[in-house]
Amino acid sequence: MEQELLLKLKRKAADVRKNIIDAVFSAGSGHPGGSLSCADILTVLYFKHMNVNPSAPKDPDRDRFVLSKGHASPVLYSVLAEKGYIPKKDLLTFRQADSYLEGHPSLKDVPGVDMTTGSLGQGICAACGMAQMGKLDKRGYRVYAILGDGELQEGQVWEAMMYAAHYKLDNLTAFLDHNGLQIDGDITKVMSPEPVAAKFEAFGWNVIIIDGHDMNQIDNAVEKAKKTKGKPTMIVAETVKGKGVSYMENQYGWHGKAPNQEQRDKAIAEIDAYIENLGV
Amino acid sequence: MTAVTGTNWTAYDAATMTAREIYGRTLAQMGKTNEKIVGVTADLSKTTAIVHFEKAFPDRFFNVGIAEQNMMGIAAGLAKAGLIPFASTMAVFASMRAGEQVRTDIAYQNLPVKIIATHAGISFGHAGTTHHCTEDIAIMKSMANMTVICPADGIETSKAVRACIDVPGPVYIRIGRGFEPPVYESEGYNYKIGKAITMHEGTDFTIIACGIAVLQSIQAAKTLKEQDGLSVRVVNMHTIKPIDEEAILDAVKDTRRILTVEEHNIIGGLGDSVASVIAGSGKGCIFKKHGLYDEYATIGYAEDLYSHYGLDANGIIGQVRSMMGMEFEADENWEDE
Ligand SMILES: Cc1ncc(C[n+]2csc(CCOP(=O)(O)OP(=O)(O)O)c2C)c(N)n1
Ligand SMILES: [Mg+2]
Repeated sequence: MEQELLLKLKRKAADVRKNIIDAVFSAGSGHPGGSLSCADILTVLYFKHMNVNPSAPKDPDRDRFVLSKGHASPVLYSVLAEKGYIPKKDLLTFRQADSYLEGHPSLKDVPGVDMTTGSLGQGICAACGMAQMGKLDKRGYRVYAILGDGELQEGQVWEAMMYAAHYKLDNLTAFLDHNGLQIDGDITKVMSPEPVAAKFEAFGWNVIIIDGHDMNQIDNAVEKAKKTKGKPTMIVAETVKGKGVSYMENQYGWHGKAPNQEQRDKAIAEIDAYIENLGV
Repeated sequence: MTAVTGTNWTAYDAATMTAREIYGRTLAQMGKTNEKIVGVTADLSKTTAIVHFEKAFPDRFFNVGIAEQNMMGIAAGLAKAGLIPFASTMAVFASMRAGEQVRTDIAYQNLPVKIIATHAGISFGHAGTTHHCTEDIAIMKSMANMTVICPADGIETSKAVRACIDVPGPVYIRIGRGFEPPVYESEGYNYKIGKAITMHEGTDFTIIACGIAVLQSIQAAKTLKEQDGLSVRVVNMHTIKPIDEEAILDAVKDTRRILTVEEHNIIGGLGDSVASVIAGSGKGCIFKKHGLYDEYATIGYAEDLYSHYGLDANGIIGQVRSMMGMEFEADENWEDE
């Protein structure tokens, strides 16, 4: 990817991270850790790859996105705001009474959201259904989904893995946000889903392992997925939960907790310093 | 919060502790004298507070990961081996994600699995519809062999958790998420599964409530006495199945006007259980079910939602007043009495 675009995307991801912090801070609750860990992936998808148009959110030819780990709604809302689907100021109504920005994304109310998620394991199945439909109606759109690594413990995920390979859904690209943590701690201590890459391969998927914070690697992996025929692609993204906010990184305690004022200011200052460094 | 940790808590702490916290500590206490108790959860050890049992008895505790269906199956297997498993996750996942496992693996075989489900009703309001649960009473009570309990506060949660051990089959106890102000001051009262408790005496009107609605109903009854001179009975129907028919029939006989209040869809919940007892009594009665009116709740913090949906004292007062204005229909063709 050219340097200029790369810098632009990095800047976008930083803005998305700031939105995440402020949304969760103003709500006084929510999930910052798992939102920050996939911020780079969503940014590359929405600002480089996905064929979507904020002024036509229901365009039948659009690419679809399913946040199967629905608790990371702050990252999705933040990207949708940056993309122009929803006003940025609405992010501050996150989780508040009567807001359309529920703690877990609702298809009913938010333009740009393709599937209601929040109950882990369910989103990926709907993504398979969407990809299947894309095959049937020959519209050529692609379906993207993001799974959590703890989410893999739901048996339903593996039912979907089997299905997607069986029906050769090569228009489906899923990301695994492999941050190593879930609510009760380290995924390998709670209930290990490892070795994940080998499992996806055994289920018949094309597997690509990347650094989930390296935008060039994300970009290349998506390009490869687009070219892969006859198989769905799983991009195993090695990520850091809480990425971009020093005191949240790799701390499972920040899975579902809002920062206080002081912590919020520190987080924003850190991201601002990063932006300053980027020089864009 | 309180400084108490581990297995201990007192009535004093109960004034500042969530029902979940009290549940976890009570279970950890019970584990000391009953070796058959084991715990299971699905990545929600701290969230459901069963973590207190986990810390006290790490060898008798199993975290299955995010896999609620597996959790219920494992609980069934543990129960088959003669143990008494306590399974904890959020109500929406316990009753719906793992619904068939609860029914076939546990309820059908009448196994002593105790499902303690947190975040019931709209108590996790701001999380959104995927985490609300206003269907669980309906689902659970329709499973034969299942006992269904909805405690009024943390202290009653502790009473219910202790009592459920003596029920030979499965028990479903639904509790909320946050801190709900206590109804009871101490554990020093008689609690029996299946036996309703009169919280406020009255002869003009009866409110039958469960869960968070109990305290709100008591407050409503007090205000109605002061402002309207009304004598309102409040019945805490903590056990929805088996329902206390006698308490309902007494209310029909004594007050002839009954309102049910619950943090649940009015279809299939406490209200329907009460309604069928009234219908079977053959007596006329002015009756209304109050709760969520067959809709998915909007989002917001629990307290805001309770007042939005009229589940607080003000909302209940409004319901009672409108029902007091209703007349029994005269029916010329009915040769009763
Ligand atoms: C079916 C279901 N069970 C439990 C939960 C509660 N829950 C929310 S997030 C979470 C942990 C998710 O871990 P992971 O998938 O690794 O997400 P990430 O680390 O990316 O945040 C759990 C158990 C849920 N949302 N859905
Ligand atoms: Mg994770």
